[in-house]
Amino acid sequence: MEVKNEKTKDKKQGVLKRIAGPVVTAVNLDAHMYDVVKVGREALMGEVIKIQGDNVIIQVYEDTSGIKPGEPVENTGLSLAVELGPGLLTSIYDGIQRPLAVLVEKMGNFIERGVTAPGLSHTKKWKFVPLVKAGDKVEAGAIIGEVQETNIVHRVMIPPTAKPGVIKVIKSGEYTVDEIICTLEDGREFPMIQRWPVRVPRPVKEKMNPTIPLITGQRILDGLFPIAKGGTAAIPGPFGSGKTVTQQQLAKWSDAEIVVYIGCGERGNEMTEVLTEFPHLEDPKTGKPLMERTVLIANTSNMPVAAREASVYTGITIAEYFRDMGYDVSLMADSTSRWAEAMREISSRLEEMPGEEGYPAYLAARLSEFYERAGLVKTLNGARGSVSVIGAVSPPGGDFSEPVTQNTLRIVKVFWALDAKLSQRRHFPAINWLNSYSLYLDSLQDWYDKEVSPDWNQIRSWAMGVLQKEAELQEIVQLVGSDALPETEQLTIEIARMIREIFLQQNAYDAVDTFCDMKKQYDMMKAIRLYSDLAYAAQVAGVSPAQIITIKAKNDLPQIKFIKDYKPELAKIEKQMDAEFNALRSAA
Amino acid sequence: MKEYRTINKIAGPLVFVEKTEPIGYQELVNIVLFDGTMKRGQVLDTSDDLVVVQIFETTTGIGKDSGVRFTGETIKMPVGRDMLGRILSGGGKPIDGGPEIVPEKRLDITGAAINPYARSNPSDFIQTGISTIDGTNTLVRGQKLPIFSGAGLPHNNIALQIARQAKVPGSTEGFAVVFAAMGITKEEANAFMQDFERTGALERAVVFLNLADDPAVERIITPRLALTTAEYLAFELGMHVLVILTDMTNYCEALRQIGAAREEVPGRRGYPGYMYTDLACLYERAGIIKGLKGSVTQIPILTMPGDDITHPIPDLTGYITEGQIVVNRDLHRKGIYPPINVLPSLSRLMNLGIGKGHTREDHKKVSDQMYAGYAEGNDLRGLVAIVGKDALSERDRMFLEFADLFENRFVRQGYDEDRTIEDTLNLGWELLSTLPVEQLVRIDRELIQKYHPKFRTGAKKE
Repeated sequence: MEVKNEKTKDKKQGVLKRIAGPVVTAVNLDAHMYDVVKVGREALMGEVIKIQGDNVIIQVYEDTSGIKPGEPVENTGLSLAVELGPGLLTSIYDGIQRPLAVLVEKMGNFIERGVTAPGLSHTKKWKFVPLVKAGDKVEAGAIIGEVQETNIVHRVMIPPTAKPGVIKVIKSGEYTVDEIICTLEDGREFPMIQRWPVRVPRPVKEKMNPTIPLITGQRILDGLFPIAKGGTAAIPGPFGSGKTVTQQQLAKWSDAEIVVYIGCGERGNEMTEVLTEFPHLEDPKTGKPLMERTVLIANTSNMPVAAREASVYTGITIAEYFRDMGYDVSLMADSTSRWAEAMREISSRLEEMPGEEGYPAYLAARLSEFYERAGLVKTLNGARGSVSVIGAVSPPGGDFSEPVTQNTLRIVKVFWALDAKLSQRRHFPAINWLNSYSLYLDSLQDWYDKEVSPDWNQIRSWAMGVLQKEAELQEIVQLVGSDALPETEQLTIEIARMIREIFLQQNAYDAVDTFCDMKKQYDMMKAIRLYSDLAYAAQVAGVSPAQIITIKAKNDLPQIKFIKDYKPELAKIEKQMDAEFNALRSAA
Repeated sequence: MKEYRTINKIAGPLVFVEKTEPIGYQELVNIVLFDGTMKRGQVLDTSDDLVVVQIFETTTGIGKDSGVRFTGETIKMPVGRDMLGRILSGGGKPIDGGPEIVPEKRLDITGAAINPYARSNPSDFIQTGISTIDGTNTLVRGQKLPIFSGAGLPHNNIALQIARQAKVPGSTEGFAVVFAAMGITKEEANAFMQDFERTGALERAVVFLNLADDPAVERIITPRLALTTAEYLAFELGMHVLVILTDMTNYCEALRQIGAAREEVPGRRGYPGYMYTDLACLYERAGIIKGLKGSVTQIPILTMPGDDITHPIPDLTGYITEGQIVVNRDLHRKGIYPPINVLPSLSRLMNLGIGKGHTREDHKKVSDQMYAGYAEGNDLRGLVAIVGKDALSERDRMFLEFADLFENRFVRQGYDEDRTIEDTLNLGWELLSTLPVEQLVRIDRELIQKYHPKFRTGAKKE
């Protein structure tokens, strides 16, 4: 274990007065809010969260067992910041951007404390290719060069707070992140690395309204409740309803260029699953391993709560950095409830007046600040970039009226309601189609018209209509049985079942069905629509529903999901369906 | 070691000591009573003028005249190979009349978090011989899979049956069992001990007993001692360890008791707001580490107060563990053992441990199909109660019958019946074959051709 005990005179040093869990009190310390401090002889990392008279209250990101009053506290004078530069992609960090792989090397299989590790490698050399030349004028956020980081090009930028200037020297070749690659006429020097305080949003030129959907390859999401690039969505659901699987599906298949995945207070084995699985999965667009576009942040439930509180900010800051390069970034936070609980735990240790259910009164403000960092933006250098945020919520007892769910729903535009009843029936993804909604439907309509089909929006409304009608009919069926329904309504129930079983159900573990592009979604829905039209026509012609249901061709329809090159099979089914209905009609 | 006689307040399990030297957070504390007996505790809050100590036993006999000795170290536990076959108290002292444990190492009982990067993905199928677990909620090595039960249900028998039958097919290594009892009755404990002795399991077991009449606060450390032992056996001695923790509900009650004594702001139903983190620090101590031989698999048992799965204890547990096995009162009343209701049960790691190379290629699809069929049949029961069986369609009647068959053939099995995974899957196919083939929408054609009894027997005739 690395023990730091140097006493530097130029930095302010205080003394520990009280330790009670992750919150400690120091005295005789000159500090500002959110300064990062080193606590105790082992120099545990902490952050100032309250100042009261001579007392400075600090949340500590590591376990505080054995720490005694009287031990030193040292203020670094910096706020909690992340290192941004080449080397972020494929990394896996804890909540305060310590690379977990480096921690294994430094302290073994278990997370001990008092070990620091920088977020980026400071020894690795990257091949920097300049995009500007001496004499060029550059402003904050300007792209000055590129590094081929993985299959993703890392665009090196002037820091967002820098004043404009004129380039004097720009280098080319292999450099570490710390080496100066750019010097301005006024003498300012820039390396590739930037540091940015996590609690402050990175500036942009302008926020715009999202108009392009984030295609996820999940039928119920893309087809019925789409999220826009730069949008926000929440997935609340009780345990076992498939939050994590849905989040992982989004991390795998969404057509963002960069994915930031925050495992916030969740299971260790789940993060391991992501770590072992992602390098073997291919991006459907580029064919490259998915890991190459991914940054993982894993602060599992048994790692210190204060670091859990910080993990969400660490993640979104990294996401914003890639957005500033002009990328579409999607960020998954699993789960925001654990983040809220970390806030609650710290707040109760501070003996703050609690709000609803013991959560701090500033819960709503923190949640909205976080989600507001999403968006489609014009970056400082004029490019378009976006951060889409998808937050999982874990309501206690699956009760959506609790504060975290409610405060989240007030902000996000898309709501994917997970339903334990559906998951118990093995209907996956277990997203309830009646309770879920997307407020982006109107703004995305043009895209669907142009890119999918002019009649997609109409088919979508039709499908929603059938599902809605089914829900009403089910109430009657519960009372009197399905035979008592009129014939047309018996057909509605049958068609709704097809929509549910064929279109909505999707197998995340099937090699083909795990990702379904928009074209296939359209074709599948269209085939169900064809059956529906034929069935109602036949019924009008006098064929009974009992006979219509015996149509064999539709039994083959679910198999379409598992076939990669589905078109010939689908055409065959549709032809057969047509033939069978013709036979029925002529018999009637 | 300096002894303080500056106790200023005693409230519940908490002792407040004034004006001390700097004392470390979470340090182990010994309190010496006037008659020389010693009680142990741990520092919960430390400042330069006051130290709050939580006592693990009763505070009976502690007074202002008691001496307080701070040991200068956090709670460490002596561990060694010869712990196997031993019975220890909830505080880790031998109570089987045998000698003291010869320590090979002294380990901190809090245990550090396993670095997620150092974890290896659990994927070794554990055959428990129980169809509802192996077939539909598969347990894998390194998983934490709790049993959610209720008062008066046979969860202990299920846990014992798992402990007895658990094996990894094709592997000769057995499991070592670490058993931690928290607040269970002497009678229940005896049942466990007798079964361990009957089957010879005690030789490869370490037992920690905190019984119902033992101090409640001791329950806070019992699971930590058990898990520290398990980690030692697994990660230092390379054993595969199965940890059974029962009853977690009693643990949480003890947690609430301490929270109340500390006058903390309570969370839901009076349980402390940090209960999620606290439980996670126990449950997350399961897993496999890359490059090491052993594994820790956890089966915590908890009784849901009022059979309510939304109660904070099962609720928080479910959010941390990798699934849950739910024991159901209705099935129990029908006389079905094990009364496991598969519908709310779940194993999150199931997909990693099943399929080709683990169990059989058809496992996932058969399981999904049975689930869907049983769920549908089960829903229809409500309808039958209102409209009668005659009002059902042909299709519905078939599913209704499937649900009954499923409970009577698939769920029901003997206490000593050890089914192989092949038995379980074949039984599944047999039940599914009572439904028309075109209703098996979740299974691909190829698998139906290969495994469906109708086609299989046809193939045999040729």
